[in-house]
Amino acid sequence: MSSILIVGEHENGKLNGSIAKCVTCAQSIRDAKITIVVLAADGAEVCAQAAAIAGVANVVRVDHPSNAHALAAVQAPQIAALASPYTHVFGPSTTFGKDLMPRIAALLDAPQLSDIMAAESATRFRRPTYAGNAIVTVEVTGSTKIVATVRLASFEAAPAGGSAPIEMASVTTKIPAHTRFVSLTGARGNRPDLQSAAKVVAGGRALASAENFKIIAGLADRIGAALAASRAAVDAGYAPNELQVGQTGKVIAPALYIAIGISGAIQHLTGIKDAGTIVAINKDPEAPIFELADFGLLGDLFDVVPEIEALLRPDQ
Amino acid sequence: MRRVLVGIKRVVDPNVRVKVKSDGSGVSLDGVKMSINPFDEIALEEALRIKERGHADEIVVATIGEADCQQQLRAALAMGADRAILVQTTKSMEPLTGARVLLELVRKEQPLAVMLGKQAIDDDNGQTGQMLAGLWGRPQATFASKIVLTESAATVTREVDAGLETIEVDLPAVFTADLRLNEPRYVKLPDIMKAKKKPLDTIAITELGIELSDRVRLVRTEPPPARKKGVMVKSAAELVAALRQRGLL
Repeated sequence: MSSILIVGEHENGKLNGSIAKCVTCAQSIRDAKITIVVLAADGAEVCAQAAAIAGVANVVRVDHPSNAHALAAVQAPQIAALASPYTHVFGPSTTFGKDLMPRIAALLDAPQLSDIMAAESATRFRRPTYAGNAIVTVEVTGSTKIVATVRLASFEAAPAGGSAPIEMASVTTKIPAHTRFVSLTGARGNRPDLQSAAKVVAGGRALASAENFKIIAGLADRIGAALAASRAAVDAGYAPNELQVGQTGKVIAPALYIAIGISGAIQHLTGIKDAGTIVAINKDPEAPIFELADFGLLGDLFDVVPEIEALLRPDQ
Repeated sequence: MRRVLVGIKRVVDPNVRVKVKSDGSGVSLDGVKMSINPFDEIALEEALRIKERGHADEIVVATIGEADCQQQLRAALAMGADRAILVQTTKSMEPLTGARVLLELVRKEQPLAVMLGKQAIDDDNGQTGQMLAGLWGRPQATFASKIVLTESAATVTREVDAGLETIEVDLPAVFTADLRLNEPRYVKLPDIMKAKKKPLDTIAITELGIELSDRVRLVRTEPPPARKKGVMVKSAAELVAALRQRGLL
């Protein structure tokens, strides 16, 4: 039987939406007993949310003032100390999980599988390599533990409806003081979170300025979509880094993805391949994005986007 | 000697579109252009700038792999690294083994910082830096887009899902480079000539006493599933109608 520990990412008293997806991934392993661990300064609220996910057997709450901010060097030894009863330790493939999980794996002397997209058994997993251009199936042998990050675009969120017991655990390891949180900046305003949004509107280099990015933002707000950007647009300073989608940014799977002025480099396409419907608006008929798109519209975004927005006004 | 150790990996050039072999045994690497992993190049550039700003005296670049990796080490020396180390092996290895090799080099070289790319663009694992920091028991500053060093600490801006996080780490520490940390310099011809004279040491991996574990076995490699062919629409109105029909607007 597999016993799977999921590291519960959270911020501002809310469990990250990625954790319910990790639960679904863990459930695809036969007879898995699923535990979520929450490290926080005060984890009461977050633990209650974790306990309410259907399929979770129990929640472990570790409260400590040092856990006020998620620092991998601080959290990894605490989780490694708790990990002995478990066969697997999973975390989301967010920047939180990508930072933390390999450090846990090193402390456990366990191999890590990054971005798992399917579990074929308790030891056999599928994951993308080469920016999603080669999908590998790998088998882990000779290790009593497997650490993994879960590719969020591959799993639906597990529903609510659980009522798992919450146990307190105390910190038994020495907490290092060599790494200190200073600040966090970033504002997505009232827009939906990019990684869980059902609709995403993305802009590329063709927008040509940060000012023009507002055109995209207007459309996003009109249809209740999250905003995203290509690497080129972020590098050029048109959009902040947290909006980047692709091999080195976020990998998303919205029901609708509208790519505006994005040519579609392989590295970008790998971040959107699992979207339900992909729309491409571009004035270059040769743009690779058209090969992937369900609906392509050849045209100048500065004409087309206002037209679309006008068609979507409530009085239309 | 204030030293920065930079780890680089030889990978398929990012502009090459890789093809999966029909027998499922991997991707075809025959005659394919190889380069320094782009994130590692950014890590090296940052190390060079740290030296140029007077915070380090020597930049040591290291890689693990076959003899061919000397090409990438020479390229790194041409960029400005002072000397290079090739830990030679013909076997591929899991990231944790790579981290153990780097830890042995850390013990020898006693660097104030180890700089790596945040991920290699072939395996897309993104593990080695964090694993090295964990084994070493030192801080990690991953996905760095800005690094400011002082004598004994560094302030690092990290690209995280929510935006930009700033942390402070004591030295020595491990840093992994994100795309926007810097733009690597172009190498000039005289630098390539000079690089030929710089020291490049080769160590057999067995000399480091590292046991090569092989716990992750490749079963098969497949191309990703193709998406259904789409259609071109002629106008904004047609697009909106199509999306409404799918219940998306």
